[in-house]
Amino acid sequence: MSTVQQKRGVQALNETLHALFAERDDVVLFGEDVLDPYGGAFKVTQGLSDAYPDRVLTTPISEASLFGVAAGMALRGQRPILEIMFGDFVALGLDQIVNGISKFREMYDDQVTVPLVVRTPMGGRRGYGPTHSQSLEKLLLGIPNICVVAPSECHDVGSLLAAAVEDERPVFFIENKLLYGRVIRRPDHGHIGELAVRESGDPYPALTFSATDFTEGVATVVTYGGMLPVVLDAVTELVLEQEIFCEVVALSQLVPIELDAVLESVARTGALVTAEEGTLTGGFGAEIAARVQEAAWSDLRAPVQRVAARDGIIPSARPLEDDMLPSVEDVVAAVTALDGVRS
Amino acid sequence: METLATFYERMFFIRRFEETLLDLFSLGKLVGTTHTYIGQEANAVGLIEHLDPDVDTVFSNHRCHGHYLAFTDDAFGLLCEVMGKAPGVCGGKGGSQHLCKGNFYSNGVLGSIVPVATGIGLAEKRKGTGAVSTVFLGDGTLGEGVTYESLNLASLWHLPVFFVVENNHYAQSTPVELELAGSIAARGAAFGVEVDELDTTDVQVIHEAAGRAVARIRETGAPFFLVLNTYRFSPHSKSDDQRDPDELEERRTRDPLLVAGARLDEAERKALEERCEERLAETVEAADEAPAAAPGVAA
Ligand SMILES: Cc1ncc(C[n+]2csc(CCOP(=O)(O)OP(=O)(O)O)c2C)c(N)n1
Ligand SMILES: [Mg+2]
Repeated sequence: MSTVQQKRGVQALNETLHALFAERDDVVLFGEDVLDPYGGAFKVTQGLSDAYPDRVLTTPISEASLFGVAAGMALRGQRPILEIMFGDFVALGLDQIVNGISKFREMYDDQVTVPLVVRTPMGGRRGYGPTHSQSLEKLLLGIPNICVVAPSECHDVGSLLAAAVEDERPVFFIENKLLYGRVIRRPDHGHIGELAVRESGDPYPALTFSATDFTEGVATVVTYGGMLPVVLDAVTELVLEQEIFCEVVALSQLVPIELDAVLESVARTGALVTAEEGTLTGGFGAEIAARVQEAAWSDLRAPVQRVAARDGIIPSARPLEDDMLPSVEDVVAAVTALDGVRS
Repeated sequence: METLATFYERMFFIRRFEETLLDLFSLGKLVGTTHTYIGQEANAVGLIEHLDPDVDTVFSNHRCHGHYLAFTDDAFGLLCEVMGKAPGVCGGKGGSQHLCKGNFYSNGVLGSIVPVATGIGLAEKRKGTGAVSTVFLGDGTLGEGVTYESLNLASLWHLPVFFVVENNHYAQSTPVELELAGSIAARGAAFGVEVDELDTTDVQVIHEAAGRAVARIRETGAPFFLVLNTYRFSPHSKSDDQRDPDELEERRTRDPLLVAGARLDEAERKALEERCEERLAETVEAADEAPAAAPGVAA
C-alpha cells in the first residue's frame, strides 16, 4: 500500500524537529528570530518554542559566536541545533568551524565529540541578491572531520535531519531555499513518476534515477539539493527532444565524499556531468571530477563536464539572476557536449 | 583552605616547569612554539584553587600551561604533549596550545575560545550541574569581537561564565597602549556583568578575590569579569624580548614567588623547592624516555 503524502519541505523539517524535541531532551535549538509566533525567517521552527519554551532560544545577531556556543554545548553532551538565518552568514562562523568545531575531536585525541547540527538555507532563484542567495557549500567541502548534508526534494528530508542530530560528528545541514516550498516526492515502489529510483548509502543516502531502468544511459549527471529539479527537467527534455537517456545521481552527503553511487552509474553510462548551484571554481564538481577520473578513468569515454554558476555575484534582478545561475539549458548543453551521447 | 605553602609549591613548580621547557627548547628537544607563564603563576594558582576539576570547566588560551598544571596537576601528560611524545595528554596531536583533559580545554586562536566557553556555560546551566565555566583571556585578545558577543550572550542568558582577563600589558611585542582603548574593567561593566580588578602578584590576595568571584557566580548563576593586572618575565614565546630591561627589573621585585616566599619559613621553602625539583627531574626523565608520537604508536 502506498500513501502519497503531499508534504512540503518546510513541513517535513518542522515535524521532524517536533519529533526530535519530543524524543530527546538534550536537543536545544537556537538562532535568530526562531521564537513563535514568528517561528524563524523560513518558518521551519514554527510551534517549537510554544511547545518547548526552555529549549528554543532566540539569539542576538552574533553568528561568529553562535557557532562557538553550539560547539561548547556539544562538547558538554548537549545536542544543539543552530539555525543560521541565511547560509551566506556561515562566512562569519568560519573560524569556529575551521579552528574549533572540526578540530576538537581529533586534536584532543578523541577525548571529545562535537555532535552539533547547523541548519541553514542556501541558494538563489528568489531575487534576494548577492549576499542572501549564495550556495556556499564549497567553503565547507575541504574541511576535514565535518559532515555536510544537503537534502533534495526527493530525499526523506526529515529522516536526514533526524540522522544529523543523532550523528556524533558536526553536521552542516544545507536546506536549499526552494526546498521549503516544494512538495517532497519520495520513491514509491522504486519509482518517482516515470523514473526508476535506487536509494543507497546510510544514513545520508544517494538517489540514482533512470528513465530506462538503469540500461541505455549515455551519461550520468551528479548533483544535490536545489539543483535536482533543474537536472531532472533537463534529463526529461533530453529524452523528449533528443532521445538521449541519462542517469541522475542526487547525493545528500557532500562531505565526507562518498562516490559509490556515482561510480556505479558511471560504470554503466561512461560519462559524467556535475551540476551545482554554487560558483564553478574550486567547487563540488571540481572535486568529484578529480576523484572520478582517478577512480574510474577507464570507464570514462569523455572528460567530465561541469555545470555551475558563473564565477561572480548573484544579481538581484531576476533576469540577471537567471542568467548567472545554472539552468536546464546549461545541463542539456553539458550533456550534449559529451562525446558519444548522440547516436 | 589551602595554605600559603601549598600555593608556593604550585607556583614554584609551574615556574620551574616553564623554565625547563625553555631549556629543552634550546636543547632542541621541543619543536613548534611555546608560551610560558613565567611571572603570572599567582593568577592560575590563586584562582583555580576555587574550581572543582570534577565539576567546573576551564577553557584556556595559548598561554595555558600554568592553568593546566593548576587545574590537572598533570605535568607528565603536558610535558609529553609539548615534546611530541605518545603519552602526551592529546597523544602529541595538540602540542603546547591545544590541550584537553577532563574538564580542561585550550585552543590557539585568540578569542575563539570565548564563545565556546559561553556555550559550555549554557550546557552546564541546562544540565543543572552548578559548574562554573572559566575562560582565560589576554589583554590583546580584547581586540577580538567575539569576546564582546560572548559577554553579551553570557549576561543576557545569565550564564555561569567566569571571564578572567590576564592583562600582562603586552600582546606579543605590542604594548597595551598600542592595542587597547578605554578601560578593561568597563568592558565587563558595559554588559551588566559584575567586575573586579586587581593589581597584585600576591597569590593570597588573588585567591581571596577569585573566591569572592566564584562564590558570586555560584550564588547568582550569572557571569563575572575579573581583571588581573600582571606581568610576564619571559619572552612572549621562546624568542627575543625587546621590552625595557628597567621595566623588567622593576617588575621582578614584585615576583609572585618572592612575595609569597618571603612569608614562608626559609627551611620550609627550601624543602618545597627541593621537592618540586625532584618531581620535575623525574618528570623530565620519564618524558624523555617515552616513545615519540608516531602513526600507529599508542601511549
Ligand atoms: C586570532 C589570532 N591572532 C593572532 C594570533 C597570534 N598570537 C598568539 S598570542 C598573541 C598575543 C596575545 O596577546 P594577549 O591576548 O595579551 O595574551 P598574552 O600572550 O599576553 O598572554 C598573538 C598575536 C593568534 N594566536 N590568534
Ligand atoms: Mg597580554
